[in-house]
Amino acid sequence: MIPNENFADTIIVGGGLLGSAVAWGLTRLGQKVIVLDEGDVALRASRGNFGLVWVSGKGEFLPPYARWSRLSSELWPQLAEELIEQTGISPVYQKPGGVMFSLTEEDLARKREQIGRMKDYNGPKGYGARMMDKAELDEMLPGLGPDVLGGTYSPHDGHCNPLFLLRGLHAGLQKAGGCYVSDAPATKIEKEGSSFVVSTSHGRYAGAKLILAAGHGNRWLAPQVGLEVPLIAEKGEILVTERARPLLTMPTHLLRQTGEGTIMIGDSHEHTGYSTRSRSTVIADLARYAVHCFPALAQLRLVRSWGAVRILTPDGCPVYQQSELCPGAFSINCHSGVTLAGAHALALAPAIAEGALSGELDAFHPRRFANGTVKSAAH
Amino acid sequence: MAPSNPRRIDQGRVVTFSFEGQTVRACEGESVAAALTAAGIRDFRNSIVSGQPRGIYCMMGACFDCLVEIDGVPNRQACMTEVQEGMFVRRQAGAVEVKA
Repeated sequence: MIPNENFADTIIVGGGLLGSAVAWGLTRLGQKVIVLDEGDVALRASRGNFGLVWVSGKGEFLPPYARWSRLSSELWPQLAEELIEQTGISPVYQKPGGVMFSLTEEDLARKREQIGRMKDYNGPKGYGARMMDKAELDEMLPGLGPDVLGGTYSPHDGHCNPLFLLRGLHAGLQKAGGCYVSDAPATKIEKEGSSFVVSTSHGRYAGAKLILAAGHGNRWLAPQVGLEVPLIAEKGEILVTERARPLLTMPTHLLRQTGEGTIMIGDSHEHTGYSTRSRSTVIADLARYAVHCFPALAQLRLVRSWGAVRILTPDGCPVYQQSELCPGAFSINCHSGVTLAGAHALALAPAIAEGALSGELDAFHPRRFANGTVKSAAH
Repeated sequence: MAPSNPRRIDQGRVVTFSFEGQTVRACEGESVAAALTAAGIRDFRNSIVSGQPRGIYCMMGACFDCLVEIDGVPNRQACMTEVQEGMFVRRQAGAVEVKA
């Protein structure tokens, strides 16, 4: 017998940034939700990210993703404001714009080509990113090393505190009447009458709708509702410095400074399966490259590093789908859970509540991988 | 609650260092954090975020709470640094200033 309190309008498997943002968005629409989270043995991509709310370069080869990312950046201020008002926890969202810089002519040319390709993706709203020469970059972000040749700037890029974002979403969804059940890995999904029933070590939970948002866990959960999700594991490592006085005026794709003064360094890529182990060679490479790009960093001490496993699809863009075999069951995965929090909470949640991933959301269906010609792009 | 009169376990050679101009006696082999605590000094810096006093917490190099400036080098973990004769220790004063 499933107890009354274990019934919900929607059950969400996975309490990371994606599951929590959608769950929060559903509670906002008056739904009763239950979020089932595996617990700290999970890969925890939502706690291992860099904190960028980044639009530039996203969706170069899938224009709907460019528009989705841009939409999310436009919805982010509303998400931040509502979280602060509801929970008192600010995700510290800041949008000073963002910079990406190049150390080779090839990379500069590549960025120029990308801007050219993407300039009409947002129609009359415009794309926003533009090339910057070294002199312009130096004025915007003093301290770049002599080997930086130039780069790009976009007014739509920004950053936040991703841990406060997650904490705010958890607090908010519970404040609005949702449940968050931790240490409850989903072991089986079944249909009983019109309900989806998820079995966990904490008991069984039932909902009229089911959303699978378990990151890499979706690979084996999705088939239970007749869905398949092609996912690739890629490790990223991040370095964290001691707290410094303000040094970086804006976030970049490699470096950002938090409000407390910590500088984070990232952008490594390794294929080591589901390992989250830090490697000293990678740490050394990240540190060396960071100092090359921003020489003053050499004066700072590193206090911490970590590795986390990215959730990538073959083209790096999200996969959102609804089951035809089991209508009402959805599976959602993405890499950019921080950037897309605005869209997930305020646009995807309503779409799922309506029961249809229509319009531009259909572009994220994994049938796009079927023809084999997929271009992997910036993520 | 901190004991008002911490009792030192005295063993080994005496080492002296300074903390904020005050001479502190320590035993060879002790960490700076242990020596400061034994001398009744509990507040090593103020939190950058809240301004509240901070000192020892984990005593094993994981928490980064016991940060002090040692011989001019900022943000040293007092619990992970062994006392040396003549060390010049000061409170860690806020975030590190990077020279352009």
